Amino acid sequence: MDFEYLLQLILNGLFVGSFYGLVALGYSMVYGIIKLLNFAHGDIYMLGAFSGYTLLTIGAGVIGGQASIAVLVVIMLIAMVLTGTVGLILERVAYRPLRGAPRLSVLITAVGASFALEYGIAVSFGPNPRVYPVRLGNEAFTIFGARLTYAQLAMMLIAVALMIGLDQAVRRTRSGRAMRAISQDPKACLLMGINVDSVITRTFFIGSALAGAAGVMSGAYYGKIDFLMGFIIGLKAFTAAVIGGIGNLRGAVLGAIVLGLLESFGTAWLGSEWRDVFAFGFLILFLTVRPTGLLGERVTERV
Amino acid sequence: MSIDDGSRPERPSNSSANRSRPDAADASGFVNAVDDRGDTKVALAGSGLAPGKASTVNPLSRLISHPLFGLVVVVLAIALPFINSSAYTIRISTDALIFVMLAVGLNIVVGYCGLLDLGYAAFFAIGAYTAGVLTTTFGWPVIATIPFVVVAAVIGGVLIGGPTLRLRSDYLAIVTLGFGEIVRITANNLDFTGGPNGVFGIPDFGDFGLRADIATYWVVTVVVGLAVLASARLGRGRLGRAWRFVREDEDAAEAMGIHTYQVKFAAYVTGAIFGGLAGVLFAVHQTAISPPSFNFLYSALILMAVVLGGMGSTPGVVVGAIVIALLPELLRGAENWRYLVFGVLLIVVMIFRPQGIWPHRVGEKPAKARRKRVVEDEPEVIP
Repeated sequence: MDFEYLLQLILNGLFVGSFYGLVALGYSMVYGIIKLLNFAHGDIYMLGAFSGYTLLTIGAGVIGGQASIAVLVVIMLIAMVLTGTVGLILERVAYRPLRGAPRLSVLITAVGASFALEYGIAVSFGPNPRVYPVRLGNEAFTIFGARLTYAQLAMMLIAVALMIGLDQAVRRTRSGRAMRAISQDPKACLLMGINVDSVITRTFFIGSALAGAAGVMSGAYYGKIDFLMGFIIGLKAFTAAVIGGIGNLRGAVLGAIVLGLLESFGTAWLGSEWRDVFAFGFLILFLTVRPTGLLGERVTERV
Repeated sequence: MSIDDGSRPERPSNSSANRSRPDAADASGFVNAVDDRGDTKVALAGSGLAPGKASTVNPLSRLISHPLFGLVVVVLAIALPFINSSAYTIRISTDALIFVMLAVGLNIVVGYCGLLDLGYAAFFAIGAYTAGVLTTTFGWPVIATIPFVVVAAVIGGVLIGGPTLRLRSDYLAIVTLGFGEIVRITANNLDFTGGPNGVFGIPDFGDFGLRADIATYWVVTVVVGLAVLASARLGRGRLGRAWRFVREDEDAAEAMGIHTYQVKFAAYVTGAIFGGLAGVLFAVHQTAISPPSFNFLYSALILMAVVLGGMGSTPGVVVGAIVIALLPELLRGAENWRYLVFGVLLIVVMIFRPQGIWPHRVGEKPAKARRKRVVEDEPEVIP
């Protein structure tokens, strides 16, 4: 295996990993705070892609066929607000009434929410895949013989910027501190006068907005979206979160990069039809060997 | 001391602040104990075991939990070919019966033991493919494949259940989801499973001198009937009580000397065997199988039958499965709307009626003493 090919595989892995990372962050944040596996999170990503599609279709006359990165960023920001709001509503309607209910009920509700979002889109947009009205430019540059398009580079930079922004927000700001506090001990937070409900709402908003951003970017990059596109990526994002240590934000990003690289090499080795099997097989292996993840905290619960 | 009642959401004495509390991760001591118990308890999702619920059992649920009801259903199922023997009726009835078997099998995992399996179709696929490949490639009779189907299903259950049942129940849910995809994609990619075309030309059990589809129908009826009976008996026996105990409160069960890992494992593997056997029936009935039949949607539909019918209640689950299986025949052309409604229904049922649409009382009646004790303990519970 020559060096250029290796570098190309690494770049591909990092690119895919940055998508996984954005989705995995939301998964991990929600899990860290209320220990809820939000199955609908992948569908929020899908919703992001569809809101981007709708916005672009409406604004297609203004933009023209070729989207600049700047336009895309604006669309992405609007879509982020939209998906964030959906996440917030989801939490309010489906998850909050069940806070404190048995875990099984909450999981089943999450499956229901995922179903409702998927088929809600299938009903309103039709079950057939949609093609994004704009395409990103295909110009590329080469580093040491490996090829990377400018669009890919821009998306990776956007993803990194969002991740750093989130990391700083969680570590530096007041509400970030509240989030970390709640993930440690919600009851003590309640006693200390933190408005737990509003922090949870905010967490859902931020997590869903990040997934929405990933959705818009993947829609613009791959060009084709359909109502089931969030299913696999939701699973992958969970895998990434588990690899990194669920509940740990930096871990989620690390896990996403690891998963992206693994998939990239696994695809080169086994062929692309085994990509998903490889990723999920790795999830099972990882849970067997190291369920706490690379940077993880405690997973098993003891009374 | 029933501290496990501390976080039951319907309790009026709990303030909203108490209700809105999410579970603690690293809280310490007593507080943590109260929290964790509240979460591992699935009593609300179960049957009328919650005190004071039994009186709300409606006439419909009393009807379906009546012993005669089961007998009437069995007689109707056996007599169906005499009432209406059109090929269409027999076909959709066979489908519905196989779906009943799947729902009853999943009920052992989800309803009895409280483990969420989102990839149940994987075992269905394993059973169908094992039977399909052995009969077509090697020319075995269907009956001879059954031991191998059971072995294959058990291996699948051990592979997935082994590592994940030791972890929190959430992990099982997502790993089974991944497993469902693995099995489907693997079947799609391998050569001996026929790739995307699947396996076709699977023989039936023999026609016993009858019309072929009716013979298959009767075989399916008998097998499914036995499966339903077996699952109901299992749920009532010693193991079934252990399952329910684990579902209600895993820590208490462990403290009482139940090996929770083994018990959960037993539930998972039993569910796998049920799924595998249903797969054999499916393969024989369809005569051709292909990977898209075993997607996540199918797993979710089985789960929906269990949830709507009432987790842990065999009659409820049977009725739920028949409804879910026959509904598409009535509502043709509205596929996506149907799934949208199902999704919303899952949320609504979990919030307002976690015991299922037709609640059913299982075995033990809520004793008066128990109810009293819960009330007495209440002041202690509020932290």
